[in-house]
Amino acid sequence: MATDIQTFPEKASSDRTRIIRAGLRRRHLNEQIFRGLGIAAIAVALGFVALLFVDVFRKGIPAFVQSNLHLSVTFDAEVIDVGPAPARGDFASDAEYTAASLKWQRELAMLNWNTIVEASLRKAAPEGFEIDSKQIQTIPETNARHQIREMFVANPSLLGQTVDVDVLASANAANWIRGNINRDLGDAQQQLSAPARQLIDTFVDNGTISNGFAWTIFTNVDSRSAPASAGLLGAFVGTLWMMLIVIVLAVPIGVAAAIYLEEFAPKSRLTDLIEVNINNLAAVPSIVFGLLGAAVFINWFHLPISAPLVGGLVLTLMTLPTIIIATRGALMGVSPALRQAALGMGASKTQMVFHHVLPTTFPSILTATILGVAHALGETAPLLLIGMKAFVASVPATPLDQATALPVQIYLWQGNENRNFFEPRTAAAIMVLLAVMILLNGVAIYLRSRLEKRA
Amino acid sequence: MDMLAGKVKKTSLNLDSAMNPTDVLERPIRLTARDVTVHYGTKQALHGISIDIPDRAVTAFIGPSGCGKSTFLRCINRMNDTIEGAKVGGTIKLDGEDIYAPALDVVELRARIGMVFQKPNPFPKSIYDNVAYGPRIHGLARNKADLDEIVVSSLRKAGLFEEVKDRLQEPGTGLSGGQQQRLCIARAIAVGPEVILMDEPCSALDPIATAVIEELIDELRENYTIVIVTHSMQQAARVSQRTAFFHLGNLIEQGPTEDIFTNPVNKQTQDYIMGRIG
Repeated sequence: MATDIQTFPEKASSDRTRIIRAGLRRRHLNEQIFRGLGIAAIAVALGFVALLFVDVFRKGIPAFVQSNLHLSVTFDAEVIDVGPAPARGDFASDAEYTAASLKWQRELAMLNWNTIVEASLRKAAPEGFEIDSKQIQTIPETNARHQIREMFVANPSLLGQTVDVDVLASANAANWIRGNINRDLGDAQQQLSAPARQLIDTFVDNGTISNGFAWTIFTNVDSRSAPASAGLLGAFVGTLWMMLIVIVLAVPIGVAAAIYLEEFAPKSRLTDLIEVNINNLAAVPSIVFGLLGAAVFINWFHLPISAPLVGGLVLTLMTLPTIIIATRGALMGVSPALRQAALGMGASKTQMVFHHVLPTTFPSILTATILGVAHALGETAPLLLIGMKAFVASVPATPLDQATALPVQIYLWQGNENRNFFEPRTAAAIMVLLAVMILLNGVAIYLRSRLEKRA
Repeated sequence: MDMLAGKVKKTSLNLDSAMNPTDVLERPIRLTARDVTVHYGTKQALHGISIDIPDRAVTAFIGPSGCGKSTFLRCINRMNDTIEGAKVGGTIKLDGEDIYAPALDVVELRARIGMVFQKPNPFPKSIYDNVAYGPRIHGLARNKADLDEIVVSSLRKAGLFEEVKDRLQEPGTGLSGGQQQRLCIARAIAVGPEVILMDEPCSALDPIATAVIEELIDELRENYTIVIVTHSMQQAARVSQRTAFFHLGNLIEQGPTEDIFTNPVNKQTQDYIMGRIG
């Protein structure tokens, strides 16, 4: 055998070399072209991602700055004439005390707190500045009066005193300060009256208005009447509830289904059919799951509308096929040698799966699961159909409370009529959503590398 | 041809010194196979194999690739059960008990018949856990000290203990190929099997590691019934007392190793031994 090559005629051998050489150039060129295309594809993809991030950040960062009005507020006893707060000692029972407290608070709510806000604004304005009451009220955000009233409810001894309070400037005022509004437009096209605009500029100059980091975006719930105070907390908590439900339901069900189908189920027509169906389910548009949720969970099971529980269930259905397919893929990748080793030792099938197959595939299953959950996190369409796009101005305390979700909050803010003010806020909400996703993916990568090192 | 004759001669010298002069078949028979057939779907892989495997001796299955020797080996501990579409016919008895009887639990069978695979396949766990796995799942150790004892003695029997005693908690996959294979043997021994099946245990190893394993097999036969499938006729000659030659799914010839290599009856066996087929 080894002598075959030497017996080949000399000429034929050199011919072969020539033919191979002639082809080499083309083969290397093909490789270079393919590499070039690959690099170009990656560059384009990364370019778009970078563009997205730059755009979102550029637009979103202003939303993290809020304009604060530093006011010195006098709790004028003439305006607040509801008498002293009821004390527990004056009442025989808790019930009577509670009733009196509520009555007192109701009376406080009836007062015109705007008068107090207006007085403090006028105090900060230059002496003799002419502006009517309605116009000056457009400078602070509408929640200023609630804020001051709540201060008083919490501390009735403030009566007659003067304290420094920071309130939010209104969305229109903030727009004007940031230059989001063309200052050359005529009065008819401006949201704020001429004296109000002038006073705002004066306030900025004399330090009554200053900018600070907008913690309120994280600590407040959504608001329409006071847009400057609108925050993400409600949507964020709604999303957390849904993620919790998805993790609690989709992960165990999905992984268990995948293990059964891959390791235990007999190969039959039925399992083939199930497999085809799962693959198809993964490709079903998410809005269809929303319709299903509305029909089954709300119409049939009578679960509450707009509840994170329903949202979580819908997202669970949507995530299940992804988790099943990914887990099955991971299980399929386990080398037969490991399975045989376990079976050869007399391990039962269950022991083989739980002692050997699962531990080795755990990192991939975990990654796939987290990516599936992250995918569900960004889902909007099905939530619209189960009522989670309703305006909700509270933090959901349980999964049965009305709530919205981060991506839906983005959708809602994107559609807000005060475009000038809500564009940065939309981008800020996107930043928060992206941050949560990057965090989840980071956790996936960290756990994966850690578990793989240990294995 | 001359080379091969020399080898065989040398081997027969080894045999003379290593084993007692009478045929090992005079010992009690552990395993009896009668008319064993295997079908993979419609394809028949084994045609009526009948063989007796004696206690505490090494029986080697030789033959060219695809001859069915590994398939038959896998029938003995029912590993073929795990292959989709495999159908086994005939009877195999371990100590007179039909291993394909419906009442027999395959988990118990595999605890009695251990297996070592072609490619070393330690679990991705520590050396200790690899060996301890069998005793743990079968509940063979009463306490930690018991388990330690089993692990150490199994590693000793597999001739691996001295090399790994300081790193029992390190992963078994970090060992060299030969060490991994001995770890797999230790793992099989730890359950206290009566029979050990070896499916080409040295085919992925270098000659030095192979020599170590062969020596080990020779020691193990004092306590275990060993069935080894091998590609290498020299290996069969070196380690086994009985040899069975398989070809195209048939058992062509079986007998004392010395006879098969020096005086084969069948023409096909002769051709294979001489290197004309295979």
